[in-house]
Amino acid sequence: MKALNQAQVCFSSNSVNEGFGRAAVAAFLSQLDPTVADLTDMKTAVSEAVTNAIVHGYKDRMGTVYITVKLFENGKAVVRVRDKGCGIPDIEKAMEPLFTTGGEERAGLGFAVMQSFCDSVRVTSAVGRGTSVTLTKHFGRKG
Amino acid sequence: MNVQLSYKEGVLTARLFGEIDHHSAKEMREAIDDTAQKLKPYCLRLDFTGVPFMDSSGIGLILGRVRLCGFWRGHVVLCGLSPNLAKMVDLAGIAGVAAIERRAG
Repeated sequence: MKALNQAQVCFSSNSVNEGFGRAAVAAFLSQLDPTVADLTDMKTAVSEAVTNAIVHGYKDRMGTVYITVKLFENGKAVVRVRDKGCGIPDIEKAMEPLFTTGGEERAGLGFAVMQSFCDSVRVTSAVGRGTSVTLTKHFGRKG
Repeated sequence: MNVQLSYKEGVLTARLFGEIDHHSAKEMREAIDDTAQKLKPYCLRLDFTGVPFMDSSGIGLILGRVRLCGFWRGHVVLCGLSPNLAKMVDLAGIAGVAAIERRAG
């Protein structure tokens, strides 16, 4: 299926950029005239994915986080958050709620939040090459 | 500053301001813990009225403070949660470890 519109943004894996990443996605999605709740859900999911890229993907070095947003018919939005970091050895394990390698200040809820706040979450990863998280959500127009 | 602290009769209130993510949670945590460890309040009140957005880093922030206050048998109360923050708090099952004051109405 061909995207009706798309945007790309990339930025350094500096944690101060987490806010920029989710705000950029939300700004682009605003053309769908989404409800505040739907937009916040996607903003939250993107924040989780971007944080994972920064905290886990690039845990040992700075790198670049790449976000692509594609809009399709019927209010379908697909957001892909990609890093070229260390990759995830066991995706199934990483997606278990409460599992974290991030220390005790991390709740281990990132993937659970993405799954709960989006229609679907797809993760592909290769150790040493990076991780890609694809978030899909349908946006109904404001009533 | 994204945290305003006030203390009265054993209750330490932390009013939080701005979006909470992995980046901002670190500063908030340091500001709260510095004072909480000195005062050892029996109640730490986290006021989210000034927080328009929070991802799961906010859950880590709450759980970490519950753990900290547990060292001196203090407890944590959350208030001022907007609907989208309440959704995150409910998803994480925070009600099991901290009291939640729901907004009226």
